[in-house]
Amino acid sequence: MIYLQLFWVFFKIGLFGFGGGYTMVSMIRMEVVDNYTWMSAAQYADLLALSQMTPGPISINAATYVGFTQAGILGSILATMSLCLPSVLLMGLVTALFFKHKESPFVKKPMEIMTPVVAGLIIAAALMMCDKESFTSVLSFIIFAGTAAIHYFFKTNPILLIIIAGVLGWLNGIFFPMQ
Amino acid sequence: MLALKLFWAFFKIGAFTFGGGYAMISMVKNALVDKNKWMNEDEFWECITLAQSLPGVFAINMALYTGFKISGKSGAASAMAGAALPSLIIIVIIAAFIENINGYQTVKDIFSGIRPCVIALILVPGLTMLKKAKLTKQTFWIPVLSCVLVCFLGVSPVYIIIAAILAGIFWAKTIINKTSEKK
Repeated sequence: MIYLQLFWVFFKIGLFGFGGGYTMVSMIRMEVVDNYTWMSAAQYADLLALSQMTPGPISINAATYVGFTQAGILGSILATMSLCLPSVLLMGLVTALFFKHKESPFVKKPMEIMTPVVAGLIIAAALMMCDKESFTSVLSFIIFAGTAAIHYFFKTNPILLIIIAGVLGWLNGIFFPMQ
Repeated sequence: MLALKLFWAFFKIGAFTFGGGYAMISMVKNALVDKNKWMNEDEFWECITLAQSLPGVFAINMALYTGFKISGKSGAASAMAGAALPSLIIIVIIAAFIENINGYQTVKDIFSGIRPCVIALILVPGLTMLKKAKLTKQTFWIPVLSCVLVCFLGVSPVYIIIAAILAGIFWAKTIINKTSEKK
């Protein structure tokens, strides 16, 4: 029964959620906290913090965690797969339509408008992350500017930049512990 | 063989994605376009636009469309599996063994470094994509408006995406009507 519920909840979210992880996270909250009462609001806040701190897409992390707390490893696998399933099904449809009718104005024009829209949405996502928690010290600004410049001009592997930034933050915490 | 390479590329990316799917864009571009040259830049931005235009997890959509473009169905499947698997493994381990990850000062310190880095890694591809969109005086307001609506007015991206797609279809229709009138 729980398996069926997990499947249905995350399939729905995968099908109707778009616009990035943060909108999905509020949809998951509605189902998990308000609808099914699988966890309390405080537990969900912990889950959210964990999903952001661990690597991977936030909604996948959240789905895995909810699945695990409700039905163990099998539950986590099921929740994650259910979340991805709508994307896979839609992809069959889209590749059949999109790649075959690429030259049609009904595909070209929406794509032409969507490209600048998506650029705007990505920039908005970056701006919304700029809060006091992200910029705690002078070092934060140095890391931000340094990453932007190095990534833009040298096309350095972002994974390497993230590791360096993490080490810098760690060293900063050792040598200049905040009160 | 290509499918296996794709799996590994996305597995590495999935393991280092902090801050959600948008943070993956720069890594995916680095792996697929800059390093391995499996696709060109235009094809890449086309996949990003598609991934964002459709419902579902953005990171998964991105893996599916780039994977498909490079190596068909097997490419799509292996890219998706690679992107999702690190999350699954890491979350299960943490959920099973660690009580409160926020409690560790070292974790906090490391994230104080990672956060500004990730913001830059999201901002740069956003700006690159803006350049790729070849904006004119008539269209420069589109990204500005969508950014302001989401960022400062709290509008859900869903409505903006739907509006943009409808506008595109309407635009296509007027073009077709015009050409048929000429005939």
